[in-house]
Amino acid sequence: MTEKSCSGGASHRALKLNSRSRRRRITEKIFRGSGAGALVLALAALALLFISIVGRAAPVFFQYFVRVPIEFSADVLDPGGARLAASLAAGDYTALVRRGLAVLFPEVADRSGRRKLFRLVSDGAVFELRERVLEEPDWIGQQREIQLLLSDEADLYFKSKPRGADSLAHAGPNSLAHIGLDADQIAWLESLRAQGRVSRSLNLAFFRAGDSREPELAGIGGAFVGSLLTLAVTFLLSFPLGGGAAIYLEEFARKNRFTDWIEVSINNLAAVPSIVFGLLGLAIFLNVFGMPRSAPLAGGCVLALMTLPTLVIAARAALLSVPGSVREAALALGASPVQVVMHHVFPLALPGILTGTIIGMARALGETAPLLMIGMVAFIADIPRSLSEPATVLPVQIFLWADSPERAFVAKTAAATLVLLAFLVVMNLGAVLLRKKFERRW
Amino acid sequence: MKPLRSRRSRLLERLFVATLAATSVVAVLTTLGIVLSLVFEALRFFSRVPVSEFLFGLHWSPQTALRGDQIAASGSFGAVPLFTGTLLITAVAMSVAVPVGLFSAIYLSEYAGDRLRTFAKPLLEILAGIPTVVYGFFAALVVAPLVRDLGRACGLDVASESALAAGLVMGIMIIPFVSSLSDDVISAVPQALREGSYALGATSAETIARVVVPAALPGIVGSVLLAVSRAVGETMIVVMAAGLAANLTFNPLAAVTTVTVQIVTLLVGDQEFDSAKTLAAFALGLVLFSVTLLLNILALHSVRRYRERYD
Repeated sequence: MTEKSCSGGASHRALKLNSRSRRRRITEKIFRGSGAGALVLALAALALLFISIVGRAAPVFFQYFVRVPIEFSADVLDPGGARLAASLAAGDYTALVRRGLAVLFPEVADRSGRRKLFRLVSDGAVFELRERVLEEPDWIGQQREIQLLLSDEADLYFKSKPRGADSLAHAGPNSLAHIGLDADQIAWLESLRAQGRVSRSLNLAFFRAGDSREPELAGIGGAFVGSLLTLAVTFLLSFPLGGGAAIYLEEFARKNRFTDWIEVSINNLAAVPSIVFGLLGLAIFLNVFGMPRSAPLAGGCVLALMTLPTLVIAARAALLSVPGSVREAALALGASPVQVVMHHVFPLALPGILTGTIIGMARALGETAPLLMIGMVAFIADIPRSLSEPATVLPVQIFLWADSPERAFVAKTAAATLVLLAFLVVMNLGAVLLRKKFERRW
Repeated sequence: MKPLRSRRSRLLERLFVATLAATSVVAVLTTLGIVLSLVFEALRFFSRVPVSEFLFGLHWSPQTALRGDQIAASGSFGAVPLFTGTLLITAVAMSVAVPVGLFSAIYLSEYAGDRLRTFAKPLLEILAGIPTVVYGFFAALVVAPLVRDLGRACGLDVASESALAAGLVMGIMIIPFVSSLSDDVISAVPQALREGSYALGATSAETIARVVVPAALPGIVGSVLLAVSRAVGETMIVVMAAGLAANLTFNPLAAVTTVTVQIVTLLVGDQEFDSAKTLAAFALGLVLFSVTLLLNILALHSVRRYRERYD
């Protein structure tokens, strides 16, 4: 009896222990699971971001064209008959396109119908026609089949209905209302497709062209050049300034109140919100120094000050990792302190300093807010050619397009984002490779 | 042997070091430039609008009139709705970033194997390298409509530029700021503390929750403070995904505006430089600068205390 009760108590205790250890094991599992869950959540957000941007960017890389018979009649283009470039440039190319479309759709006779028909073709097609004629003046008097760029609405229509008209019947008119085409225009587009006049090709103009109000003509060429110019200014300022400051602080400075001030400033600047640098640029560079508004010069200066702390911190870490024995050996051979640094320590630290510089430049490349403050948000259609001309940069272009109401700009924004991200990936890969190639373990 | 040349080269070397010292002064000058330009322009603003109205006023509508006799010609500059808006969006962002960042850091430093670590850590860092304008586009294009539709499905009235959407995306952006610094401080907790806890029979979870995290707490607090400072100063996400209307509300489903959004809207576009509207941007900038500076000092102090404890 006693034996039984005794064993009963033990098993009871064991049971209690068991349930407690089970609870502890469950807690352990939950804890571990929530850690893994958090990690998965963060990576899923990253994946969602990339997928949603890549998916929307894809349509930008090709564009739809329509083949139209154009009669290059001499009486429209060159009434004088002299074939001078000036008079050819002033010719009425809009009329050529209108006539060409009228040949394809003779049944559209009223003015409003013709206007709707003409609106299917991009404004850019007219300019391109002029360029082509200026290049090859002997086209005048001939009839040729010419590929004309479609307007953004027509382009969107073909992109959303790549198969054919049969899907239209059950899609209903409502699903297409947001594109901005009416039933007549859709019928014309379908008839053009049925005649085999619609084709698509790679959109290389997107990489070359400047900004435009017409989505089908807008490109990132201008913003890309603007980014390069701005980054050049940033690099030329921040590399010598940051490198110099790092060498001074790490190799020459004595510990005193002055160097303390510098250290505190650098550490604080690293955490100042970027928009505050924009305010500084507006108040000092534009209003006190009188730099030109919207120009890569002012933008580059602001970004240089912004990246300076990152660069100084990275460069100091690189200098610090050069072992003291190198310095001592050089000193023992009779080198002066400056020679020690410039002939030995600095070259050894250079890969590390450059890696830090590239990472700082990558940050500057993606920065938008301070540039808004100094007016780099203007609509600029021309590709900038100098540091003092108004320009825009890639992230600002993304910001501007994201704000545009035309639906076709969504794809443009996503594509510009992809280009910016690709640019950043290349820079960061460069930094990683540089580090891999030159990294030394002392 | 040739004292003349040696003296000249010594002079050159001095000059060289002096040049280096001059480059390092640029950082001090920049700080000084920021403080002076902000304070100077803010003082000009406060000569037109009293400080108390700016700091405690409940109404923000800075539209300066075109004609002097127009109604509300002066605009009103009570910045409290901007402060609460910033606070609201920051709170949403931190409620995403702190749990996700902290748990990822714990998982990576305490549970994950080397292979997962070398693969997942750089991926998390990518989140910090993506330009904020891309996050803004993502917020406006994907997250805001998603939040709105989800809210509608639950029968809630969600503004299309809700604080929730902007805050969520900002939280994603902040995750690596919390996770990488927390990871560093958690890894720096002495191994002996963990082993002592295991020897007493504690499980990994108990060791982490009762020993490692409390030991690393000052460092973790520091990293969270840095992340808050980052969220407060973030501009592009809120410019693109949060609203412009200065609503005084703590409802995350409503549209609010922030200090940075208002700085951008006040200064983008052409306007004369000495209107109260433009100067208000500098007053807001001064507040922003002071708050982030304070947060950073607190954060650095907290991290330093942690380092002193274990170094």
